[in-house]
Amino acid sequence: MAKIDLIIRRANLDGKEVDVFVSKGKIEKVKTSVKTLEPGDAKVEEAFGLTLMASMTDVHVHLREPGQEYKEDIESGLRTAAWGGFSNIMCMANTKPINDDESVTNLMLSQAKKYWPKGPRLFPIGALTKGLSGKELAPMAELAKAGCAAFSNDGVPVKSTKIFRCAMEYASDWDRVVIDHCEDPYMGVAAGVNEGAVSSRLGLSAQPDMAEALQVSRDILIAEYLDLPIHLAHISCKKSVDLIRFGKERGVKVTAETAPHYLILTEDYLENEATEYDTNAKVNPPLRTKEDQQSLLDALNDGTMDCLATDHAPHAAFEKETEFDVAPCGISGLDTALSVTWQLVQDGKLNKDAFTRAWTTAPCGIFNLPVNTFKPGDPADFFLFDPDEEWVVSPETMQSKGKNTPLLGTTLKGRVKTHFIQGKKIV
Amino acid sequence: MKWLHKDLLDVSQLSQSEVMAIFETAGRFQELQERPVKKVPTLKGRSVILFFAEPSTRTKTSFDVAGKRLSADTFSLAKSSSSLTKGETLKDTALTLQAMAPDAIVIRHWSSGAARFLADRLDCPIINAGDGRHAHPTQALLDSFTLHQDWGDLGGKTVLILGDVAHSRVARSNVILLNKLGAKVRVCAPRTLLPPAVNQWPVEVYSDLTEASKGVDAIMCLRLQLERQQDGLLPDLREYARTYGLGERHVDVANPDVKIMHPGPMNRGVEISSDLADCADSLVLDQVSSGVVVRMALLFLYMTRKGEE
Repeated sequence: MAKIDLIIRRANLDGKEVDVFVSKGKIEKVKTSVKTLEPGDAKVEEAFGLTLMASMTDVHVHLREPGQEYKEDIESGLRTAAWGGFSNIMCMANTKPINDDESVTNLMLSQAKKYWPKGPRLFPIGALTKGLSGKELAPMAELAKAGCAAFSNDGVPVKSTKIFRCAMEYASDWDRVVIDHCEDPYMGVAAGVNEGAVSSRLGLSAQPDMAEALQVSRDILIAEYLDLPIHLAHISCKKSVDLIRFGKERGVKVTAETAPHYLILTEDYLENEATEYDTNAKVNPPLRTKEDQQSLLDALNDGTMDCLATDHAPHAAFEKETEFDVAPCGISGLDTALSVTWQLVQDGKLNKDAFTRAWTTAPCGIFNLPVNTFKPGDPADFFLFDPDEEWVVSPETMQSKGKNTPLLGTTLKGRVKTHFIQGKKIV
Repeated sequence: MKWLHKDLLDVSQLSQSEVMAIFETAGRFQELQERPVKKVPTLKGRSVILFFAEPSTRTKTSFDVAGKRLSADTFSLAKSSSSLTKGETLKDTALTLQAMAPDAIVIRHWSSGAARFLADRLDCPIINAGDGRHAHPTQALLDSFTLHQDWGDLGGKTVLILGDVAHSRVARSNVILLNKLGAKVRVCAPRTLLPPAVNQWPVEVYSDLTEASKGVDAIMCLRLQLERQQDGLLPDLREYARTYGLGERHVDVANPDVKIMHPGPMNRGVEISSDLADCADSLVLDQVSSGVVVRMALLFLYMTRKGEE
């Protein structure tokens, strides 16, 4: 047996009290706890009363570096990830300059290595087209070689179906999946509010759910025709869920993610007396209706929705403290994602298995990232979690520079106490 | 009675009895307007900032006259002359205004929710003079006041709102207020100019203007913004005027005493025929004079926080 260098003692893993033995950054074995244990040279982490969870993966964050470090940078973003329970982070290409050149990818990776050498691991997503302009393909071979784990045009959907098809084909040569932000390029673009009863009363320009679903159907048809995988970002509505289910039934290699905010908030938030026109809830795609919310939860539970992802979109306070029409879209999500989705499990809305799949095995499977399932040989990526600790979301309790969340002032339950990546304590 | 509200953001905040209190106060100021000396010292020494981030002549002048007739000092901050054109944020403008310690701020802004934004941050009363497509409570109050003067009671009456409801704050506030006062509301416009969820509003929706006009007691025309054509919402003004322009043939099927209204400025020959705008049943100029007294009432109530003695 390999030399054990870390033992997690008496942790609660899926309701059982276990000891976890780690060797050279990998899980050696997980055993029912014994009363006394001879640790030898191994470090021991006493975890009695704490819940042990496999580290999570977030395939959709915006870390803003290079170019907009006042919103977030790679150091603060990875710190937030570490405290948020994430060992793998995929960051979007809409930086300044855009990540359509290996020098940008290299800078991102060197910053990550400089500030968080033991992890969380950073996997940049390369631009699908140069400058995200949707006109010419980005140098995907160069970007893949530099370390880009996927390609996406992020919030600027490729208008030309022909270019998008070519980009998917070209990306497949480098064994990379394309991630698409599904939004019709002409209808209610980046309005940040759902078109419907609330937007009609508030008098806001709005985006209908079909603006997302139209692009979802386009993507499914292209993926089927090309027999290539496609991953759909931040799905927000029932119409899209129905189309994804249809695509999967036909055998199309379509996968999808949704974000925690769509599971706990609806468009009604923007009309509530206390939070009317709250720009912290302006997000693209927008918060939808109760029916959409239920369909997303159902899809997570039945596996139609593969992943959860935060779409962490930090902004400076002054950028959000302005007219609704002027404020940028986005919610800062890395700090709150775990507490919010774990609460959904506690409330019986989200199955525990779906929670684990959506935050760990599904995203890692799609993008070929290291994942811990507590089997021997898995990377020793896990965190200890106090499921009962309450905390108030505030600028002070958040690690991210972006304090832009509609959850400000609310009390959440569950806090990461310590986090190990490849057997090394990172926080 | 004490006036309980700090700000006037929309008519939805007001109870029916508060609306009646506003009308009563406005009615008393109206008597004053018939005297040779129209000014009273009620708000002497108090200051009102008219903060207009969007061009407006009528509403701004109306508030200015209202303030001055109450002896308040009115100061104007308009977009062309303000630092808004120099890229200052609304928050900074708001804090700057606050530092000048006004007793009230009247705000007109192109963004829905802007009045609320100011109200959340400033201590003084904020009167919404129109925010984006959201609300125009003083216009709705003056419209209903005008009808109230004529009819005494709006209960059971039917009012048609005609035109670009989708982009109209006037329509939004009027739908709320007319319902509150017991009137039935119809809207008529091409579907491209109706809000997406208009079927959830307390209104009857018509696409045919003749049908919509049958038996109505008042017709409120809305101004058509000429850029709607470029937005792909209608083919051209000629077709719009022929299908949705109010003319004699529509008035013929309405209640014989039908009142014709328009918040101004009018596009004669587009949403309303020129003859109708000038006809005996037109209340267009009554709306303007009601505007002054209703705004006097609002400045009085919100700045003194006192209702009827």
